[in-house]
Amino acid sequence: MDIDFHDITLSVNGTKYQRRIESRLLLSDFIRHDLALAGTHVGCEHGVCGACTILLDGQPVRSCLMLAVQANHHELSTVEGLADKAGEYHPLQQAMHEHHGLQCGYCTPGILMTITAFLDENSSPSEDEVREALSGNLCRCTGYQNIVDAVLAAADRMRG
Amino acid sequence: MLNGIVPHFIPLDASAMKPAPFKYVAATSLAQALALKAEYGDDAKFLAGGQSLMPAMNFRLAQPAILIDINGIEDLAGIHPSGATTRVGPLTRYRALQRDEAFAGMFPLIDEALPHIAHPQIRNRGTIGGNLSHADPASELPAIAVALRARFRVQTAKQERWVEASDFFVGALTTDLKPDEMLVEIELPRVKPRTGACFMEIARRRGDFAIAGVAVMTTLGERGECTGVRLAFCGVGETPIDASSAADALIGHQPAQTTIIDVAKAAQAMIDPGGSVHATADYQRHIAGVLTERALRTAQRRARDGH
Repeated sequence: MDIDFHDITLSVNGTKYQRRIESRLLLSDFIRHDLALAGTHVGCEHGVCGACTILLDGQPVRSCLMLAVQANHHELSTVEGLADKAGEYHPLQQAMHEHHGLQCGYCTPGILMTITAFLDENSSPSEDEVREALSGNLCRCTGYQNIVDAVLAAADRMRG
Repeated sequence: MLNGIVPHFIPLDASAMKPAPFKYVAATSLAQALALKAEYGDDAKFLAGGQSLMPAMNFRLAQPAILIDINGIEDLAGIHPSGATTRVGPLTRYRALQRDEAFAGMFPLIDEALPHIAHPQIRNRGTIGGNLSHADPASELPAIAVALRARFRVQTAKQERWVEASDFFVGALTTDLKPDEMLVEIELPRVKPRTGACFMEIARRRGDFAIAGVAVMTTLGERGECTGVRLAFCGVGETPIDASSAADALIGHQPAQTTIIDVAKAAQAMIDPGGSVHATADYQRHIAGVLTERALRTAQRRARDGH
C-alpha cells in the first residue's frame, strides 16, 4: 500500500502549525514527535490511563485515541500552554505543587488538562465531583488524596 | 523550555507507529460514506468517536484497509423529539446526551446510565451509534436500547431498513449490520406515564466494564398496580439479555417484596454469564440478582412518586 499522506493545519496553544503526516499517526505521537511538545505523555496508548489527555476545542480527550489527521482545522491545548508567558504557574499547577499532588509526575499533564477544563465548567465542585472528574486518569504514586486536595484548593483560589 | 533544555525529537519511523497502514477518508456526506462502504465492505470501517475502534487499531486487532471518518457529517448528530418518538443521530456524543436536560427528563434510564460509561474524556468523544454498532457485551447502551424497545434505521447506498434493538445484537461485538450498512438513526419510543426507570451496575472501578448491569422500567396503573416491566442486563452474556418475561409475576398486582425476590431469581436463571479472572460466573449471577431486586424496588418507587 502506498503511504497515505495528508496535509493538516491546526493550532496548539495558540500557535498555528502546518504539517504533512501519515494517516495512521496518532495525535499523541504527532504532538510529541512532530511538534516536539513532550509535555503530553503517553502511557497505555489504548485509552485507559489518561496521561495523554489534551483539550480538543476546549474539551478533554485522549490524544492516543485520535488520529493526527482528525485534528485538522481544530484548536488544541496542551500542558505547555498552562503557565502564562512570564512562566507563572496556572493556579492548579501551583496547588498541585503545594499539596504534593504528584510524585513521579508522569500522569500530571493529563490530570492538569482534565481538571482545568473541569474547573472552567464547575468552579465550586464537591469532593465527590472532583473524584468523578479524576476517574479517567490513573496515578500510581499519590493515592489521589493529595490530587483531590490540590484541586479543591485550586478551585478555592480561582474563585478568589 | 524550562531550564533552557529543548527536547529534540525526530519524527516517528513507520515501525514505531501503532496502527497498521490504512487509507483515510474524511467523508463530507452520508452518501459519500455509504458509497465507500458499498465499495470496500468489510475492508472499510466507519470512524465515529473512535473510543473502541482506535484501541483495537492500536493493538492491531483491527486493521481496516480504509477508514471512513464520519465526524464531519453534521447531519448525523442531534436529538430530535417528535411526538411519540425521539430520534437520535448516531454521531451524537455521550456528552451531548448528558447535557440535554429535556432528553434526560424524557429518558431518565439513559441519563442514569451515562455516568457509568467510561470517563469524562471518553464521553466527550464517544458516540451512541458507535457504541451500539460496536456491540460490546459489557456495554450499557445495548441493554438500555433493548429495555426501551428502541428501533434502529440502517442504511446502504441504495436502501434502508428498520431493525428492532432486540434483533440487532447477535453476538459479542457482532450486530445484524451488513458490510455495506450504517446505523443512521436510533428511534426511542416515548416512555409511558407513571413509569419509573432505574439503571444499576457493579464494576471493579468507576467507569470500568460492568461485572453486571441492569436496566429496569416499571409502569404502574392508576391504582398502583404494575402494568408493565422491562428488564435487561448488560455484561452477563454475549449480547444484552432481555429478561422482561421474568417479571410477568408482577403484572396486574401491587408489587410485593416477596414477588420481587422471585422475579430476581427467575431473571438469574435467564442469564449465562461467562465469568472472567475478575468475577466468576456465579458471582456475576449473584450480582445480577441483587441488582435486579434493588432496581425493581427503585423503579417502582420512582413510578409511584413520579420521578
